Amino acid sequence: MNLTLHVWRQKNERAAGRMVRYDARDVSEHMSFLEMLDVVNEGLIAKGEEPIAFDHDCREGICGSCGFMVNGIAHGPQPGTTICQLHMRHFKNGDVLYLEPWRAKAFPVVRDLVVDRGAFDRIIAAGGFISVSTGSAIDGNAIPVPKRNADISMDAAACIGCGACVAACPNAAAALFTGAKITHLGVLPQGQPERYNRVLKMAVQAKEEMFGNCTNIGECEAVCPKLIPLEVIARMNRDFIKGSLFDRPLSAASE
Amino acid sequence: MQLDSKLPTGPIETAWDRTKFDMKLVNPANKRKYGVLVVGSGLAGASASATLAELGYNVSCFCFQDSPRRAHSIAAQGGINAAKNYQNDGDSVYRLFYDTVKGGDFRAREANVYRLAQVSVNIIDQCVAQGVPFAREYAGALSNRSFGGAQVSRTFYARGQTGQQLLLGAYQALERQIGAGNVKMYPREEMLDLIVIDGNARGIVTRNLITGKIQTHIADAVVLGTGGYGNVFYLSTNAKGSNATAIWRAYKRGAAFANPCYTQIHPTCIPVSGDYQSKLTLMSESLRNDGRIWVPKQPGDKRPPHQIPEEERDYYLERRYPSFGNLVPRDVASRNSKAVCDEGRGVGETGLGVYLDFADAIERLGKQAIRERYGNLIDMYERITGENPYRSPMRIYPAIHYTMGGLWVDYRLMSTIPGLFVIGEANFSDHGANRLGASALMQGLSDGYFVLPYTLGDYLANSKLGKADGSHAEARAAESGVADLTKRMLSIKGKRTVTSFHRELGKIVWDYCGMARNAPGLEKAAQTIAALREEYWNSVNVLGEGGELNQSLENAGRVADFFELAELMCLDARERNESCGGHFREEYQTPDGEAQRDDEHYSHAAAWEFAGVGKRPVLHKEPLQFNYVHPSQRSYK
Repeated sequence: MNLTLHVWRQKNERAAGRMVRYDARDVSEHMSFLEMLDVVNEGLIAKGEEPIAFDHDCREGICGSCGFMVNGIAHGPQPGTTICQLHMRHFKNGDVLYLEPWRAKAFPVVRDLVVDRGAFDRIIAAGGFISVSTGSAIDGNAIPVPKRNADISMDAAACIGCGACVAACPNAAAALFTGAKITHLGVLPQGQPERYNRVLKMAVQAKEEMFGNCTNIGECEAVCPKLIPLEVIARMNRDFIKGSLFDRPLSAASE
Repeated sequence: MQLDSKLPTGPIETAWDRTKFDMKLVNPANKRKYGVLVVGSGLAGASASATLAELGYNVSCFCFQDSPRRAHSIAAQGGINAAKNYQNDGDSVYRLFYDTVKGGDFRAREANVYRLAQVSVNIIDQCVAQGVPFAREYAGALSNRSFGGAQVSRTFYARGQTGQQLLLGAYQALERQIGAGNVKMYPREEMLDLIVIDGNARGIVTRNLITGKIQTHIADAVVLGTGGYGNVFYLSTNAKGSNATAIWRAYKRGAAFANPCYTQIHPTCIPVSGDYQSKLTLMSESLRNDGRIWVPKQPGDKRPPHQIPEEERDYYLERRYPSFGNLVPRDVASRNSKAVCDEGRGVGETGLGVYLDFADAIERLGKQAIRERYGNLIDMYERITGENPYRSPMRIYPAIHYTMGGLWVDYRLMSTIPGLFVIGEANFSDHGANRLGASALMQGLSDGYFVLPYTLGDYLANSKLGKADGSHAEARAAESGVADLTKRMLSIKGKRTVTSFHRELGKIVWDYCGMARNAPGLEKAAQTIAALREEYWNSVNVLGEGGELNQSLENAGRVADFFELAELMCLDARERNESCGGHFREEYQTPDGEAQRDDEHYSHAAAWEFAGVGKRPVLHKEPLQFNYVHPSQRSYK
C-alpha cells in the first residue's frame, strides 16, 4: 500500500516546528508502524535528508519508549497497543496520516517526535516506592497477599510510563500514570505504612511538574496501551483525601 | 595479563560467607567520600546503584534511554528462579546450583554458581518487600511454575511481565535514592570510553544524546551493567538500542573479553516475515509448559495445520527426549528446530518455523486457564502476526536472545582492570556455555543487590587511589579521542546507511556464527567481516551534526563496535574445537547429533586481550575445576 505522511519536524526544543509531507511507498501489511518509518528514514538518508527522530527501544510494547499521535490518537487507532506493536494491516492504501509528538507543557519536545518525559521519573522519585533497603526484607511468604489484591496491583503495575495518557488528556493530567503507581503499591500489605504519605508527595510533585488536574474525562483510559483502568484515579483521589485529612505532616510541637 | 579469579578455597557451601567475612569494610562515615559510576540502569545497574547509595556511597548512574525504567531487562517475560522450595518438591540451593552448572554445559565456575543459588532466596524476599506483584495462590502464598529445563517448580513470575515488575522494583529503589540526593542520574547519556589512570579504572567519557556534549566523569570505581551484545546479529530479541559499546571500549582499554562465542539462541520467537524487519519478538518459553512443538512428518507438506492428521505430525522433542519432552533446554530445542527445518519440514511461508500448539492444553484445562497463564503473550502474537493461537498453532523459530560471553571478571566481579566491575549480562561469569530459563533476572539482581555492594567496598577499602580530575592527561586524551571519532564518522559522507551495514553484518554472523558453526565457515566469516568493516569506514553515510540529537550518529558508533566484536566472536568460535551449550561446532557432535564437549582440552574460559584493531588478540585461559558436579554428557532423553 502507499500512504501519505505529514510529520512534525522540529530541530530542537527552542526551534519552531512544522508539518512536512512524505510519501511512504510499497508498505507491507506485515510491517510494524515503526518499521514503516524505518523504511521512510532509509529513503530520506539516501536523499541526503535527515531522518525523522522518534523514541523507541524494545519494540515489544513493554519499555514505554515509543509513542506519538497518529491522526490525533495517541499510539494510533488500535486499542491496547503501543505504536511499535501497531501493524500496517490496520491501514489501507491511500491513507493520509498526521504524526505529531505528545503535546503537554510537562513534556517539552526534544526533536521531531521525541519529547522529554523526565517529569514522570520525578513523580516516582517523590514517593512512588516502598522504602525497603537491600537486605532488610523478611521471608517472601511471611507476607501473604490475597490473590485479588495481587491481581489489582498487577493490573496497575503494568503501566509502561509512555505518556499517552497525558497526551490524550485535554488537561494534560498525569492522573492515570500517578494513580497506577499509587494503586500498585497501595493495595499491597507491603505498601500500607507509606500509603497516604506517598499519595500526597506524588500528587504535589505532579502539580509542580505542570501537569493539569483530572476532570474525569476518560481519554487516558481509552488510549492506554496497557488498558490501565480509570479506577486507579478513583483510588488515588480517595487516598489523597484521606491522606490530606489524617496524614498531614506532624506539627513542630509534636516533634 | 594475569587472570586471577580469586576463587575461594574450602567447602563451597560456606565459601561466600567466608569471603564476605574476609573483606575489609569501609567506615560508614567515609563511604560518602567515595564516588562510584554505574553505567546502565537495568536489573543489575539499577539494583547496584540503589544498594550502593543506601550504603552511603556517592553514586552516579548513566543510561542512554530517556529514563532508567526503560532498560531492556524490562522485556524479560517468563520468571526468576529461586531455591525457596516453597512447593516442597525437593528443591534446594544445591539442586539449583547443580542444575545451573549442568545446564551451562560445565563451562561456568562452580563457586560463582553456588553463590548465585544461595542469594537467589534473598532476591525473592527483597522483591516482595518492594511490592513486586508476583503471582499468588488464593490463600496468598507465592505461586511457582516450572520453567525451561527444570524438573522442580522454582520459578516466580508476574504474569508474562516478570522482568518489567522486577525492573520497576529496582527502578523505584533507584528513584528513591535519586529523590534523596544520593544518586545523580544521567539519562540520555552514553558511555563512549573508559578512563584508566595509573592502571585503575577512574572514570568514563560520555556523550549527552540531546546536546551532543562530550564530558568526562571521574570517580573511584566504575561499574558496567550495560547488558549483552546480541544485536551484533542485527535481528535479535534485544531492544534496538542494546549495544556492546561500553564493554567493547573497556576491552580496548585492557579488560579481557571472555567466551564471546557463547551466544544463546532462544527457541521460541516469532519467525522473520520480511527484509524490512527490525527486530525479533520473543515468546516466553513458559509457553512450552503447555504448548506442544511439532512439524509435519513429510517434507514440503504445505497443508494448513488443522488439516494435518495426528499421525502425520512429528512431535520431535517429545519423540527424541521422552523425559524432558518440550521442556529441554534452549540450546537443544533451538538446534532441533533448525534440524527439522533443514530437512524441509519447516512451516510458514519461509519454511523457517515450527508449530507450537495449545490445542491439547485448551482441551485439558480450558481456554480460560490458558488465557490466565499466557494471555498477554498470545495477544502479542496475534497483534504481530494477525493469527489467533487459540484457533491455530503459533509458528515459532529460534532467534538470538542472550549472550553468555562478556567481560571477564573474577569471583568479586572485577575485570582485569582494577576498579572496573562488570555485572549482569555484561560479564561472562555464571551461565557457562548456556543459560537456563529464568536465571538471567536472578543473576542480574544477585550481582547488583547482593554481591557487588560487598566486593566493591573491599576494593575501595584496600586501594590507595590518588587524586584525579577531568584535567588529568588520560582523561583529556580519552575525551579528545571520543570527539575525534564522532567527527570522523560525520565526515565520511559515503553512500550507504548505518542500518544497511548492520543488517549485512548480522546476516554474516547469523549464517556462520549462529546456531551451527564450522571451521571453514568461521574463517570465511572473519575475512568477510574485516572487509565489510573497511568498507564501513569508507562509505557509511551519517547525516546531521554532533551537537544535537542524532540517532544515526549514536547508531554508527555502536555498529562500528559490533564489527570488531563480530570478528572476535568468530575467532573464539574457531579456536574452541568442541561443542558445548550454545556453541555448536558441526565437526564435534555425537553420533545422534548432540553436542560433544572436549573436557580434556577446552575445560576453560577463553579470555581475550586486545592487541589493536585488525590484530590478533592474545588468548588467556582460565582453567575450570569441578569438585562437586562432575562433568558428564548432558542427557535430556
